[in-house]
Amino acid sequence: MSRPILQASGLCMRFGGLLAVNGVGLTVHEKQVVSMIGPNGAGKTTVFNCLTGFYKPTSGTILLDGEPIQGLAGHQIARKGVVRTFQNVRLFKEMTAVENLLVAQHRHLNTNFLSGLFKTPAFRRSEREAMDYAEHWLEAVNLKEFANRTAGTLAYGQQRRLEIARCMMTRPRILMLDEPAAGLNPKETEDLKALIGVLRNEHNATVLLIEHDMKLVMSISDHIVVINQGTPLADGTPEQIRDNPEVIKAYLGEA
Amino acid sequence: MSKSFKQALFSAALVWAVAYPVLGLKLAFSGVTLQVQNAPPMTLMIIAICSVLLFLRVLFAEQISGLRRGSDKPLISKKTSDFLTLPSTQRWGLAALIVLAFIWPFFGSRGAVDIATLILIYVMLGLGLNIVVGLAGLLDLGYVGFYAVGAYSYALLSHYYGLGFWICLPIAGLMAALFGFLLGFPVLRLRGDYLAIVTLGFGEIIRIFLRNLTELTGGPNGISNIDKPTFFGLTFERKAAEGMQTFHEFFGLTYNSINKVIFLYLIALLLALAALFVINRLLRMPIGRAWEALREDEIACRALGLNPTVIKLSAFTLGAAFAGFAGSFFAARQGLVTPESFTFIESAIILAIVVLGGMGSQLGVILAAIVMILLPELMREFSDYRMLMFGAMMVLMMIWRPQGFLPMQRPVMKLKAEVGQ
Repeated sequence: MSRPILQASGLCMRFGGLLAVNGVGLTVHEKQVVSMIGPNGAGKTTVFNCLTGFYKPTSGTILLDGEPIQGLAGHQIARKGVVRTFQNVRLFKEMTAVENLLVAQHRHLNTNFLSGLFKTPAFRRSEREAMDYAEHWLEAVNLKEFANRTAGTLAYGQQRRLEIARCMMTRPRILMLDEPAAGLNPKETEDLKALIGVLRNEHNATVLLIEHDMKLVMSISDHIVVINQGTPLADGTPEQIRDNPEVIKAYLGEA
Repeated sequence: MSKSFKQALFSAALVWAVAYPVLGLKLAFSGVTLQVQNAPPMTLMIIAICSVLLFLRVLFAEQISGLRRGSDKPLISKKTSDFLTLPSTQRWGLAALIVLAFIWPFFGSRGAVDIATLILIYVMLGLGLNIVVGLAGLLDLGYVGFYAVGAYSYALLSHYYGLGFWICLPIAGLMAALFGFLLGFPVLRLRGDYLAIVTLGFGEIIRIFLRNLTELTGGPNGISNIDKPTFFGLTFERKAAEGMQTFHEFFGLTYNSINKVIFLYLIALLLALAALFVINRLLRMPIGRAWEALREDEIACRALGLNPTVIKLSAFTLGAAFAGFAGSFFAARQGLVTPESFTFIESAIILAIVVLGGMGSQLGVILAAIVMILLPELMREFSDYRMLMFGAMMVLMMIWRPQGFLPMQRPVMKLKAEVGQ
């Protein structure tokens, strides 16, 4: 088995008297697609927020390539290669699609003030490379013809794809998608599934996923973590989860 | 019917309520006491006519809008609007403006050149504030504070150490940037209205501080007799100081005081052009894109590894630096700085320039600066109603063109494949 990239254990998040996440652990290996499922309000997004530094977990450890990252600020964790999308699309709506992708490459660009002011060759080269990389990914998510449209005017499914492309711009170690299929029609969900497959197989991406669409989850996941009311309920391959009576009970209620 | 009648009656009464105290009453001296007197009947007649007109307008609002529906067109058609905001059009407009600006002083009168210099100061300030408000989306109501820092930096250095304008210009910019940086650190965790209030307070603090630091800044009297800029060591005064030469002697011209005015104008023009160039480049640099991204969505920025604090601070600091440059030039031009030159109303005017011009748009800011400074100068007779006019202009803009005169259009980025075709 490949080595683990992200290991979280004993993750707890407390908001005042509410223990939103209690002792959740998960392990993501290289080139795996891991899904996190659970009923509404189970605490999946809270776990995401803890992993990406948007919340500071009350307790627990998070290791990225063996290095603890809990308690770091969001942008620091993102720079280490943990990059996420959001449940509601968060594009830069007034900027064009290609500008969205350029912003995401900020860290890899020549940001020297003087070289930008005088357009030095190094600056031009860096900008050219960024454009080429952005173009490459616009093509990969099938949005090349919309490169100069403002992101806010794209169709919802396209915005979702653009958001994933924007994450890939940062050359992430692990891509975290929060309900990427929410609001997509069956055809778009199929496209998304294909896209995640491409990300994993051609771009060696590792994906951690929150999703409610069971068909999608069961078909692409290597591993599934189930959370219910903030506590871990089950953990295993799609087959194991499908047959787990606890999981069925949590989702459908007791017979 | 009765509802619109009531509304119409109310509107007519409103006209009286607003216009009568302002226009219909006059204060007059009678001996040593002030007395309230009625304005001449002519004024009252005009108010009455206005109220009747508004009454009719509201009463028949439906019929009027019905009439107008036939020709339902926006003020500026979509095509014209697009054309006006196209980057290529704006570039030509800008080029034309620059050429005009260079030949202007040799034809305009002394007063006109002086006003043009003032406009250029506001162009600089508008461009600088545009970084903070238009691009980075941080509402800064204390921008005049940095302007004051720049002006006093030059005034103090010149007064106490006798340093010249050209040395002090970068120092003033750096000082203002330093203040922007120091203020930005604690303040930038606030957003929106809270940020506006704190920056407003900062602007006032700077002014009051300068007024009360009497030993150093001369308090309310300010600092006077600040040296004017020199042309490579040549002064524009009639008589040169010890060890200096005057411009007209050096070039063998007869002394003419307009030379000084034109020289100041050209410095202002060069400074404004430099600001324009730098900001234009910044827009196309990663940092410029990051500013805009931050304005759009701070959380998404963080998720992509952009440090919001650093980006905000850079916007704040750079914006302040431009105010510092403008400030030191202002001090040099006036020859006098007092705290009262840096009141809140200045901040409001600069902000109005940015909003009127269209957030993020450079040509828009330049045009708005011209309008905002030129209008009050042209209509000196109406100076009592200046604030009223600003207010009316703002309201009309919000109705007809909320995006500003010339809003920014996104740059179109050519992809490689398209370039090849």
